[in-house]
Amino acid sequence: MDLAQILSNSVAFIIAPATIAYALAAIGLSVQFGYAGLLNMGIAAYMAIGAYGYAISVLTFGFPWWGGVLVGIVGSVIFSLILGIPTLRLRGDYLAIVTIAAAEVLRLLFLTATFDSVTGSADGLSGYHNSFRAANPFPEGTYGFGPWEMSANGAWVTTIGVLLVAVSLLVVWALMRSPWGRVLKGIREDEDAVRALGKNVFSFKLQALVLGGVFGALGGVVYALPSSVNPGSYVTSLTFFVYTALLLGGAATVFGPVLGSILFWVLQTFLGNILPGLASIGVLPVSSSQASTLRFILVGVALMLIVIFRPQGILGNKKELTFVK
Amino acid sequence: MSSEIPEPVPPVSPMPHAPRPKSVGLHKGEPAPGVAKVDPIIVADGITRTFGGLTAVNVEHLEIPRNAITALIGPNGAGKTTLFNLLTGFDKPDTGSWTFDGKSLSNVPAYRVARMGQVRTFQLTKALGLLTVLENMKLGAKGQTGENFFQGLFPALWRKQDKEIEQKALDLLVKFKLDAKKDDFAASLSGGQRKLLEMARALMSDPVLVMLDEPMAGVNPALTQSLLDKILDLKDEGMTVLFVEHDMHMVRHIADWVIVMAEGQVVAEGPPLEVMQNPAVIDAYLGAHQEIDLGELTGRYTPEGKN
Amino acid sequence: MSATGFTATRLRPTLLVIFGGLLVLAALFGSAPAAHADEVGIEDNPYRVSGNVQYNGDPLEGVKLTVEGGGYDAEVETDAEGKWRVGVPEKSEYKVTLDESTLPDGVAVVGDTSNVQTVTVGPGGRVTTNFFIGKGERNVTPFFDQVVQRLVSGLNFGLMLGLAAVGLSLVFGTTGLSNFAHAEMVTFGALVAWFLGAALSVPIFIAIPLAILLSALFGLGMDVGIWRPLRRKGLGTVQLMIVSIGLSLALRYVFQFFIGGGTLQLPGSNSPEIPLFGAVKLTVIDIVSMGISIVVIAAFAFWLLFTRIGKATRAISDNPSLAAASGINVDRVVRIVWIMAAGLAGLAGVLYAYYRPGLKWDMGAQILLLVFAAVTLGGLGTAFGALVGALVVGILVEISSLWIPADLKYVGALVVLILILLLRPQGILGRRERIG
Ligand SMILES: Nc1ncnc2c1ncn2[C@@H]1O[C@H](COP(=O)(O)OP(=O)(O)OP(=O)(O)O)[C@@H](O)[C@H]1O
Ligand SMILES: [Mg+2]
Repeated sequence: MDLAQILSNSVAFIIAPATIAYALAAIGLSVQFGYAGLLNMGIAAYMAIGAYGYAISVLTFGFPWWGGVLVGIVGSVIFSLILGIPTLRLRGDYLAIVTIAAAEVLRLLFLTATFDSVTGSADGLSGYHNSFRAANPFPEGTYGFGPWEMSANGAWVTTIGVLLVAVSLLVVWALMRSPWGRVLKGIREDEDAVRALGKNVFSFKLQALVLGGVFGALGGVVYALPSSVNPGSYVTSLTFFVYTALLLGGAATVFGPVLGSILFWVLQTFLGNILPGLASIGVLPVSSSQASTLRFILVGVALMLIVIFRPQGILGNKKELTFVK
Repeated sequence: MSSEIPEPVPPVSPMPHAPRPKSVGLHKGEPAPGVAKVDPIIVADGITRTFGGLTAVNVEHLEIPRNAITALIGPNGAGKTTLFNLLTGFDKPDTGSWTFDGKSLSNVPAYRVARMGQVRTFQLTKALGLLTVLENMKLGAKGQTGENFFQGLFPALWRKQDKEIEQKALDLLVKFKLDAKKDDFAASLSGGQRKLLEMARALMSDPVLVMLDEPMAGVNPALTQSLLDKILDLKDEGMTVLFVEHDMHMVRHIADWVIVMAEGQVVAEGPPLEVMQNPAVIDAYLGAHQEIDLGELTGRYTPEGKN
Repeated sequence: MSATGFTATRLRPTLLVIFGGLLVLAALFGSAPAAHADEVGIEDNPYRVSGNVQYNGDPLEGVKLTVEGGGYDAEVETDAEGKWRVGVPEKSEYKVTLDESTLPDGVAVVGDTSNVQTVTVGPGGRVTTNFFIGKGERNVTPFFDQVVQRLVSGLNFGLMLGLAAVGLSLVFGTTGLSNFAHAEMVTFGALVAWFLGAALSVPIFIAIPLAILLSALFGLGMDVGIWRPLRRKGLGTVQLMIVSIGLSLALRYVFQFFIGGGTLQLPGSNSPEIPLFGAVKLTVIDIVSMGISIVVIAAFAFWLLFTRIGKATRAISDNPSLAAASGINVDRVVRIVWIMAAGLAGLAGVLYAYYRPGLKWDMGAQILLLVFAAVTLGGLGTAFGALVGALVVGILVEISSLWIPADLKYVGALVVLILILLLRPQGILGRRERIG
């Protein structure tokens, strides 16, 4: 067991595409859940829309890569409208069930053999990289240093990803200190009170759902950029993992989603390496596949503990509980 | 000789405790349930609302006089809050129509009603707990540029307006004795303070009609006094006030007109003193012994001395 | 100040049009000649089922086959050489169905084989199956028989869902918790039955009651160890729901930790099939399972309607504060509800393990949304509604697969769930709730 190697693998995830994808999705959730109190349990569907929207429009319709990104964004907006217009009037827990069911429906539609020619069904999609890589401004070679060394393509994906995160953070930061954000937080606390003050609560919620959904779709695009789209990724657990990352960092904070995603992935990678390692040298009395299951048990336990003991997350204000009562 | 010249209208009294004149002559004809008003702001017709088998509201005709203070009283469960909900678009009636300022409000969503200037508070307070008191107040202001998604992104577009709103909020907070709390989370306020905050927040939008659901419940006596003056001030500023209250002293003190509901219906209306003499009202709501001390009524002590 | 000026009332019809339009689109899309999918799920799944469809030595292209088993299903079409290949997740039994309507006219599956074959993926991880195709009229199962067969399966599935759903509904009704970990209570029952029955070789008719008992204890443990303290702490419903999601994840992986990612069989899972009439067949286990469900549900209904605790439970679901004020010991009732809910879920798990067939670490999670659908359909918090909802969902899932591809059969139920929540959130049997 090479501890240095494990540590290096783990810290590499600070800027890995998966981390960036989670961060974007979690930023989206922070807008929807953290600030507006909308219990969207379908963030995995938004990511799937981003990923499939990107891959399908490149593969099937021959779009350039940025066209694929746009399709992902537009797809997520349409999904938000379809989902949001009828559901935003429902109670919080109803919204959760509708969104989780809608996400599952979408996943099954991507998975079914019926649309195989477009979606690749169970095999997913791959081989859509030409346009994106052709646009790569980095010449061949290696970039970065130490654990963060990457190929030209890797550097290109990372650059786009980090840029997207930066722009998203800027937007969220600007909005949440504006009167728009004030209304949103008011809605989270008590929508009737806000309605009584003459605000069109429904419209604000829809705007929050759309905005958060766009971030989620961008997360999906970044998830798909480095290699392939795999329908097994966009399951309900993905939504739960993004929630874990979000709540870890702080749901109603600007940087919480990013911090949470980084911690989530670095710890996941670390545990995913160290536990089987410990098992193989006999420190842990379990098999190595059992050892790698352990880290998912820990995710569940961590989610419970955060919600119970620090619902405001690491970056959240002590008094700010951010939960709809 | 010069008796044709009308008496000059007395200036609005700046002194809080000087008695202020009541508005009279609000109605046309004998005061009876559904009596027409000289200048009504709200006219409601045939409003019913049932919950399962229970008829919570059944109002044939009702007019609320403009620029006056109207009290809505009645026993618990009479349907006062439900009527408030219906008039403000928070609930939909089974039948009926009503107008505000001559404009029909049927099927108008609550937020539009509020924007038209008909603003309400809630019986169970709805302070926005995780916003500060000041943020709560600023949320109340109407027509904020920064509440538009795209304009919100650029502080330059709304900063100036926000400053003005903040100033107005601070002024109101001083009036309501909440200025010391402005940076606290509303969740940390006491029950009475929340009532005050909610009322102040409603005033941020410069309403035409203020509807207060039990504004004084839980507010201490000293503050009640000054709040009553605030409400009278609202009238002087040209607003109309409709409030629900169980405290008869308060009703008698500030109401120009009283509407009594029982079991969903309007059973009496008229000027406060007259309504309170009405045997039906005494029967249904006030009880026969309202002037007698509760202690005597329950036999805990005699008028002569406490035992 | 807001960007959209739509009002609530104006939007609903628009939305329905959009939604309806999308469904129509999906249907059109679905019927379009799709998918040259001679290989399905190859990358994701380690094991293979494959075959070759030929008639007189000539390959038949575009013949549809379905591979089903262990909660997994996939649909595949033969390629120009008549070949097909499906990746499957486990070494276990799969049912391969050849869709005879996709064979050329005048050609059918002949010989002793029917168009349905059962294959077992053995140690090699690969299995091939071939159908004898010859001249002849299709050996069609009459449509009526198909419907009856599906109806009966649907009833079986629905009763099983019902066992899980009433528990979820009771817990929701009495505590307001949307318990995602209910799925794991289902898995737990199956797992314990397996552990006792297969690993410890306890006779199965003892192992199953013991499993239910242990499930009930598990429920008690969760209430005492987690939920009651959290209620005391005053966590909101949303917070509680997220805690249950965390618990669900944790438990699910704990199960995987112990039994791995594969499918395990309960003893006696391949019981003989009994032909009933026409082409309708049921296994002994199906019949026993339905019998048990009906008896247990009847007993449960009796408990809820006529016992003191049952009545108290309904009173609390109706109005918790009123019930508490009228002297009902809410904590005690809630504890009993947890015990009942977990016991019923455990039984549902055992039956589900026979129905799938096989038990797996995430088997509960696979049907959790259907259980939610059942509960919502019936009206959140009403136990009998949940039961009706479960039957509707079970039958809907099975019947709808007469028309829609097998791998989309849950979609119908989920779409119904969504529509119900949108149009009639109080469910089929529920009352409209008090607003404000
Ligand atoms: N959403 C609802 N569902 C069912 N019944 C309701 C609902 N809202 C109100 N009611 C019933 O309607 C009647 C009128 O209630 P309302 O709240 O309007 O009374 P109120 O006059 O405001 O009483 P109070 O003085 O106690 O505030 C009551 O009997 C109440 O139980
Ligand atoms: Mg009331």
